[in-house]
Amino acid sequence: MAEHLLEVRDLSVEFHTLAGTVKAVQNVSWYLDRGETLAILGESGSGKSVSASAIMNLIDMPPGKITSGTILFNGRDMLKMTAEERRAINGAKIAMIFQDPLAHLNPVYPVGWQIAEMMTTHGKPGAESSARALELLKRVGIPEPEAAMRKYPFQFSGGQRQRLMIAMAIACKPDILIADEPTTALDVTVQAQVLALLEELQRETGMGLLLITHDLGVVAEIADRVVVMNSGHIVETGNAAEVYRNPQHAYTKKLIDAAPGKGDIPAERERQGEPLLKAVGLKKTYGAFHALKGVDFSIMPGETVAVVGESGSGKSTLARAIVRLDDPQEGQVFYRGNDLLAMSPREVFGLRRDLQMVFQDPTQSLNPRMSVFRLISEAWVIHPDILPKAKWKERVAELLVKVGLKPDMAERYPHQFSGGQRQRIAIARALAMEPKLIVCDEAVSALDVSIQAQVIALLDGLRREFGLSYLFIAHDLPVVRDFADRVIVMKAGEIVEEGTVRQIFDAPRHPYTQALLAASLDPDPEVQAARRSARRINEGLVPA
Amino acid sequence: MKSFIGKRAIASGVSLIVLIVIVFFLSRLTGDPTNLYLPIDATQEMRDQFRQMHGFNDPLIVQFGRYVMDLVQGNFGNSLRQARPAMDVVLEAFTWTLWLAVITMVLVTIAAIVIGSLAAFRVGGVFDRIATFFSLIGAAAPDFWVAIVAIVIFAVNLHVLPTSGTGSVWHWVLPVAVLFIRPFGLILQVVRGSMISVLSSAYVKTARAKGVQSRSIIFVHGLRNAMLPVITVIGDQAAAILNGAVVVETVFGFPGIGKLMIDSILLRDFAVVLAVIMVSALAIFIMNLLIDLAYALLDPRIRY
Repeated sequence: MAEHLLEVRDLSVEFHTLAGTVKAVQNVSWYLDRGETLAILGESGSGKSVSASAIMNLIDMPPGKITSGTILFNGRDMLKMTAEERRAINGAKIAMIFQDPLAHLNPVYPVGWQIAEMMTTHGKPGAESSARALELLKRVGIPEPEAAMRKYPFQFSGGQRQRLMIAMAIACKPDILIADEPTTALDVTVQAQVLALLEELQRETGMGLLLITHDLGVVAEIADRVVVMNSGHIVETGNAAEVYRNPQHAYTKKLIDAAPGKGDIPAERERQGEPLLKAVGLKKTYGAFHALKGVDFSIMPGETVAVVGESGSGKSTLARAIVRLDDPQEGQVFYRGNDLLAMSPREVFGLRRDLQMVFQDPTQSLNPRMSVFRLISEAWVIHPDILPKAKWKERVAELLVKVGLKPDMAERYPHQFSGGQRQRIAIARALAMEPKLIVCDEAVSALDVSIQAQVIALLDGLRREFGLSYLFIAHDLPVVRDFADRVIVMKAGEIVEEGTVRQIFDAPRHPYTQALLAASLDPDPEVQAARRSARRINEGLVPA
Repeated sequence: MKSFIGKRAIASGVSLIVLIVIVFFLSRLTGDPTNLYLPIDATQEMRDQFRQMHGFNDPLIVQFGRYVMDLVQGNFGNSLRQARPAMDVVLEAFTWTLWLAVITMVLVTIAAIVIGSLAAFRVGGVFDRIATFFSLIGAAAPDFWVAIVAIVIFAVNLHVLPTSGTGSVWHWVLPVAVLFIRPFGLILQVVRGSMISVLSSAYVKTARAKGVQSRSIIFVHGLRNAMLPVITVIGDQAAAILNGAVVVETVFGFPGIGKLMIDSILLRDFAVVLAVIMVSALAIFIMNLLIDLAYALLDPRIRY
């Protein structure tokens, strides 16, 4: 049998917690060769990151414990090495980058120092390390590299920070680069650039790339082979295109089916009558930063309007302005013809129940010390005219069933639920007010793909049942395509394009919309391969 | 930075003026110092003369006006008890206390940081448990009791250290040791807690993935981040000693500012009381400034 660069055989890892023993991965085996990209695909809790942590010796023992298996690096079992031998491999031979580069860079040291430290740690002299750090900054495309050496992580943008992490990781020319969700926190256009950089560096150095992700699009863009994991087991493994085209395991099929943005675009509805909500000339500044530079739009009854844009585009500021969480300096918001922004606090209070909001992170937006019953019924404590107290219990049970939970869950607390279930609770809480419009600020972004599909289906069903309108803030274009009627594309505080889903997705006019769509990854590896070669021809890298 | 210091100085100056006014009038309410300074059989004539000499006969507001006029000329008045400028008396005592505070806090800081960091590296380990046990006892121990017990053991029974006063290096040992205990216990707990959260942070994970040695992870990557909350507590504790370690200075007969303050209040030596307050206030102001500077030095996010 040919020797692989890195091979994990029969690896099992458990974690001992207060709630009992969790078997994080069981009997996992895979290998990685020089110059190839292997993706480990899985949802949260699938154990997709655990084998990488084991390779990097990042599992704290206790509570963790490796119960079986070997990890062969160039034929030697890493699990039998001394701590000092492992340390010499970390960074020098196998390097790793992570999901949130701001949190993963030390906030109080200059980035040049942090990159050079990778080399000084492994025995390179200081001056030589600094010189190479500067070279690396140039290589990964950081502007003004000399000045950047002395800057701190917080002074860079998200994409630049990930480039810094990459520069640090490749400093010692490692044989293997492990990338754990490297682009998950980034905007789509930035994601495309970072993935392209990783691919280029791989071509240059011939390193093996292990990519851990939940995103079929990322797999399609960059992976040669894929390992699909579900609750600690490998369910399927093979060539990325092969697996997508012909998934064998039921879980893989489910995952591929759940990927958004594939179905037919829903039929367009006529826009007639009075808009439910109409915003005119909204302006908001934070100091010298113009978050909204005069935004106009409207939402009809029963309509879903999506606002898409990258970070800093002003889409969340817009959402907060509509529900008066954060008043804009200029402009009007007409709700059924009355200007919300001109109303007194008392008048707004009366309208609050019509306008509800669902936030991105249900873990933070649900009070951890309140039971589900109290979370939902709090609406009626504040607005007693909605429902008499005698009916609260019954209605909470009804709402829980409506959002796909069980009535007996009312006495539980938020921490006893999964992320998807928590978001359902947040939706039930919004529904308790019997609203007309729900503002969803990235409401499905933090959820796994399969859960995301369920929550979208739930929102869609509720729209039909109650005639709700949604203002759906999102950065994920495929989700918008499946769910929205109209799309507003925002950039730097302005609306650059507005239209129906069909107009925006099939015939985008503005270059920014086109760039967003081009950067958004298709889950089909063949589609991505075609786009990639088209891009290269455009850039003149390959003759047409 | 300059405007920041300026704003701080103005705010502190205003509070100092308010404080001086309050203390001036409150201290006069405690009564006439004459009876405390003249012998019990002094004649009425002598008493009148004493009051006349020190201006205690004038209305309070006139006395206050005179005090303020002297103050703007840099004259803080004379000590009744020692019959020399009050500020000289205070600065002398303050120098003693300053040294006491500096020596104690340097020792506390080094010990608490090293021991706290090591305890945090293996949470729940033997070293961590021992360190936590003693630091909690230290943080809870009443200093008057510790001071007296220390005198009984080391001075009275073992005869290895002097009971009180100044004069040799040995005179410093017990006051410093007793003052050490509580801040050490407190700061060790803060270092340990702060370090535990820092060591579980994402950037420490990165450092481990880079292959950085454990020593560097704790003292280079961890410590600088963990120091931010610690500095505030160090500043508070140092200020507490500077403001007069009243009990410890009194028990050990140490001629510092805490002892001077108590003696001056008991003897209604008003000029000294006010001078002590001004010097302490200035010390606290400088202390806070140093804390802010240390913050900015440690964390670039505050600097920009």
